[in-house]
Amino acid sequence: MTVNQLSVFIENRQGRLGEVLKVLKDNDVNILSISLADTTEYGLLRLIVNNPEHGRDVLLEAGFSSMLTEVLIIKVPHVAGALQNILSLIAEKNISIEYMYGLSVESEDASIVMKTNQLDLACSILKSGHIDTMTSQEIASL
Amino acid sequence: MIWNEQMECMSRDEMTKLQSERLVRLVKYVYDNVEFYRKRMDENGVKPSDIKGIEDITRLPYTTKDDLRDTYPFGLFAAPRKDIVRIHASSGTTGKATVVGYTQNDIDMWSECVARCMSMANVTNDDIIQVAYGYGLFTGGLGAHYGAERLGAMVVPMSTGNSKKLTTMMVDFGATAIACTPSYLLHLSEVLRDENLLDKIKLKSAICGAEPWTEKMRNEIESRLNITAHDIYGLSEIMGPGVACDCTYHEGLHICEDYFYPEIIDSKTLQPVKDGETGELVFTTLTKEGIPLIRYRTKDLTSITREKCKCGRTSARISRFKGRSDDMLIIRGVNVFPSQVEAALVNVEEVTPHYMMIVDRENNLDTLEIQVEVDTKYYTDEIRGIEKLTKKIATVIQQALGISAKIKLMGPNSLKRSEGKAVHVIDNRKLY
Repeated sequence: MTVNQLSVFIENRQGRLGEVLKVLKDNDVNILSISLADTTEYGLLRLIVNNPEHGRDVLLEAGFSSMLTEVLIIKVPHVAGALQNILSLIAEKNISIEYMYGLSVESEDASIVMKTNQLDLACSILKSGHIDTMTSQEIASL
Repeated sequence: MIWNEQMECMSRDEMTKLQSERLVRLVKYVYDNVEFYRKRMDENGVKPSDIKGIEDITRLPYTTKDDLRDTYPFGLFAAPRKDIVRIHASSGTTGKATVVGYTQNDIDMWSECVARCMSMANVTNDDIIQVAYGYGLFTGGLGAHYGAERLGAMVVPMSTGNSKKLTTMMVDFGATAIACTPSYLLHLSEVLRDENLLDKIKLKSAICGAEPWTEKMRNEIESRLNITAHDIYGLSEIMGPGVACDCTYHEGLHICEDYFYPEIIDSKTLQPVKDGETGELVFTTLTKEGIPLIRYRTKDLTSITREKCKCGRTSARISRFKGRSDDMLIIRGVNVFPSQVEAALVNVEEVTPHYMMIVDRENNLDTLEIQVEVDTKYYTDEIRGIEKLTKKIATVIQQALGISAKIKLMGPNSLKRSEGKAVHVIDNRKLY
């Protein structure tokens, strides 16, 4: 099961990140997780939000390059080695992880957001390994 | 010292007579050998026999860089292929280069002009000169090289790109003169300072050109290196460096007037302006055989004086340049037109037509940043994808301009839209 991540390209210039966040706030888009990949020139803001489609639309309207990206949100039990187990399943099948970041919600498990190539294959591997992923509905209700 | 006293110190009457004879011969030559000029003159109702002296030059049509583009590559050549011994090329306004050809006589004439200019900079056959202009299609390297050889100096053909080797050889050889762009020389002065070589060099004189520079830069160069720096001017369409240069007195650049007839015109009305008034510089190549040009509009803005100089030369002098009448930039000595960037970006489907060029100078070296807006549908959320696109655009720009640029991707609508004429350039160098 994949989830839509809201991705935004921002030039590195003072206040730019704040402008993005303000647009989301003004439109009641709730941010559940945030990751910022930055270079000297620009940043790629990746967000898990309660309503990514709405988030993309309002940002586009406000003049930001925003897009939806399919990612996996994988539940990771709070035990040592849990993440490593998941990654080795994926690595066995030669799937590349493009990036990864954490999602913190108040529950027993932690979660990670992961973008891979061959998303469908990654999904079925996780499924057969009995590893839970979160659905868009679950995210929306958080 | 004066290289060719007869030509450089001629009385005004004699010069006018010489220019008149040469113009009459030139007009007949281009009419007979260049279809473009024959058509233009016929359209304007001017016959070669109408041109009896230099005062009749205003009856002749102008030539522009666009004419060179439209006749690319060899359409304006007047000499047969077998007589052309060399080709040079410079940036055109769009994708195509501006190509010029030289006969052996042209090369000899060019060497003579450069020898005169280097003499104005007090370079003699006793000197060791490093030529640090690019060698190749650009006229700077080979032009300065042949002129310095004509002078009898010991020429070190450095070309560009290796400052460390250059400064090492400058010290080891005891080089006494250098030919390069003024900004590069300033940069070299810093390299020499950082390596504690400033008191080990024997440099006396510099012949700087290929880009506009200010009196402030000259003072800076002269005081840092304890030398005299001279301003050499030229353009490939007319010949290359050596069309004009300033002498010890630095009161304008002496034109090799027996070869290049100068006019100053109003860029809008195209009418001549008076001596001393600023306008666009126009040249007619009086003796060139390969690609003779009539009333070529340089787009460089300057003024002219025909008064005798304190150095003894009587040749007409142009003032330091005051700007350009078009949007051409000179970046690291290379001519760059915004239209070239535009033409190159059209071929990159990921970007919109909006762009901004930011030219600056860091450590005395020109920098060019090009900001482009990426089409929304081509954004990716992966750094790798963004970097790949940046690299792709950088390659396209490098191929189009011949110089590298830093590419900065911008979000949609982040570049300013102008309501009138689009502004595509921010030049922070303050060269004029």
